Amino acid sequence: MAVGKVTFSKVEREKLAEVLWLLNWISVVTGTILFGLGLFLRVEIHKWQEVMSEQGILYVPDMLITTGLAACCINFFGGKICLDCADTNKFLRWKLVMMPYIICTFFFTSCVLAGALMCYGIRSQMEESLFMGLRNAMRYYKDTDTPGRCNLKRTVDLLQIQFQCCGNTGYRDWFHIQWISSRYLDMSSSAVVDRMRSNVEGKYLMDGVPFSCCSTFSPWPCIQHHLSTSSTQDKQSQQLNLWRRGCRQALLDHYTGIMQSIGLTVLLIWLFELLVLTGVRYLQTAMENVLRLGDPESESDGWILENSLAETARSNFNIIKNLGKCYQVDDDPNINVPTQVQVPVTSYFVPETRTKT
Amino acid sequence: MPFMPVKFNLQKRVKLAQGLWMLYWFSVIAGILIFSLGIFFKIELRKRSEMMDNNESHLVPNLLILVGLLACGLNAFGGKVCHDSLDPIKFSKWKPMLKTYLLLCCGFNVLLVLVSLLCFLMQFSVYLTLAEGLSYAIRFYKDTDTPGRCFMKRTLDMTQIEFHCCGNNNFRDWFEVQWISNRYLDMSNDVVKDRVLSNVEGKYLMDSVPFSCCNPGSPRPCIQHHLTNNSAHYDYDHRTEELNIWTRGCLEALFSYYSSLMSSIGVFVLFAIILESVDMAGLKYLSTALETMAEPENPECESEGWLLEKGVKETFSDLLTKLKTFGRTNQVEGGDAPEANT
Repeated sequence: MAVGKVTFSKVEREKLAEVLWLLNWISVVTGTILFGLGLFLRVEIHKWQEVMSEQGILYVPDMLITTGLAACCINFFGGKICLDCADTNKFLRWKLVMMPYIICTFFFTSCVLAGALMCYGIRSQMEESLFMGLRNAMRYYKDTDTPGRCNLKRTVDLLQIQFQCCGNTGYRDWFHIQWISSRYLDMSSSAVVDRMRSNVEGKYLMDGVPFSCCSTFSPWPCIQHHLSTSSTQDKQSQQLNLWRRGCRQALLDHYTGIMQSIGLTVLLIWLFELLVLTGVRYLQTAMENVLRLGDPESESDGWILENSLAETARSNFNIIKNLGKCYQVDDDPNINVPTQVQVPVTSYFVPETRTKT
Repeated sequence: MPFMPVKFNLQKRVKLAQGLWMLYWFSVIAGILIFSLGIFFKIELRKRSEMMDNNESHLVPNLLILVGLLACGLNAFGGKVCHDSLDPIKFSKWKPMLKTYLLLCCGFNVLLVLVSLLCFLMQFSVYLTLAEGLSYAIRFYKDTDTPGRCFMKRTLDMTQIEFHCCGNNNFRDWFEVQWISNRYLDMSNDVVKDRVLSNVEGKYLMDSVPFSCCNPGSPRPCIQHHLTNNSAHYDYDHRTEELNIWTRGCLEALFSYYSSLMSSIGVFVLFAIILESVDMAGLKYLSTALETMAEPENPECESEGWLLEKGVKETFSDLLTKLKTFGRTNQVEGGDAPEANT
């Protein structure tokens, strides 16, 4: 009992081939779109890579880039095949390639789906990476003389200015770290020495934030120091002076937004590819049946699977089992059986013994 | 003796018509580009009109928008004429209009030359408007409670951050204005009172700059207060310190941005002028080649095309006499009486 059986006349077959040729060319375009989206995501992640702790997130854009390139190649090839399939003579050329091509396309289409799902699933990993990355970035903010970290101050300042955020979760994160390097602290001053001694780890902590936390929307000049003890303004109005959002939340929102739109586009592309794959499968089975019937002008059936799903799965499983068996020659019950047992297969050995004598 | 005559057979005429049709469509695209450049320039001026005291002249972007639309229309018409030129029936519809059309194109070219000149000359006006506007902006920085100026602080802060600049000519401009509003000064504090009284106009001046002057690329946390006092900060010399705050003035930064924008637009308009002139020459050749066909029924015959029917000097003298007679027909009383007698 075939799955999804449809009968095609000669005219319908030719029309199907033409439509599939066009759809394959559109798929080449969507493949380039996929490639472009992967490239765009990679560039966006690269921009703020310094504040992310792990580079594993890059596998999402890399996956999109590879599937995009694969889409272009496969669909370009597929367009050529579909154009030839309209004619039974030309189809003979491609007959043996068709099945592997369909399996390849099926595999590649599932990669596209995996890429789309990855875009949605990566949020928690990104949050973790941003939390650790921002914490380290703030810790090394003062190390502008250490090779490898000299740009972190600039990156964090630009991040806070551009995304209008301050600190990891909020501006108070800056109170827990020393963000002024000891190079710029007057160690001879008793106030400085007192403050450093009063801290367990000998760090110079203060209730101040860098200038990049200052909000441009605030109507009064920025107060960045002595934030806990300010007497001239009320506590409530103080909140408006600095950016209130944490940078982790800001970056997470930014990237989640991008990835959700990309994920949606990739899902749509996946649906389109699935449609093309189904069409190619119908065309392949219809053309094979025409060849089997022998009459190019007759009607033929096309289907997705020749037998029902369960039978196809069972036969495929048996094929795989037998594939494994051809490497285990000793277990074959038909070899080295004594001649008393009347098994027809032993007749294979008769010509050999005959030639020996 | 025609000016620059060229012989045409059927093949050449067809090639000319097709090439000219493509060129006209390129010119339509150039017209669309000029239109969008005009809109972009207008938006850029509007974005920063607060920095120019809302006094900026929108002449250049408005002209660019107008010229872009005109270019699209004229070139689309030219393309249509070229497309129909190989079919004598369709072309005879357009033939009477060609002379007026070519004259219009001439006038349009003159307009383009004017626009290109303005793009280069109006930069002076932009410079003067910016200088005046920025000095007002710095003065009104603190007036966040005055209607009409409440966003000046935000605009100036964002401009200084975006363009990497500080003050009008340099950061010392901030030392000459009171940029902290009295609302946020503790008048009961002696230090504050002293400073206000020591100034002639009663302004609270200090050697500090707003946070937006800070350079994120500086290796040390930003020093914005007591900038000229070396002893106020550890290991600080204001004469040698370069990375702490932006050293460029906003006048220079904004002007270089606008002048490069206007110069590139001017160059593009010059390119459009060249394109238009080539279009006009091509159309003149095509129309004369089609008119001078010896046998209009036989499309294969040869013909001649030219730019001007007579030489350059003769055409000019003809034009001058025409203008003179045009002037004379307005003096009817003088010329009419002797003519009526004969």
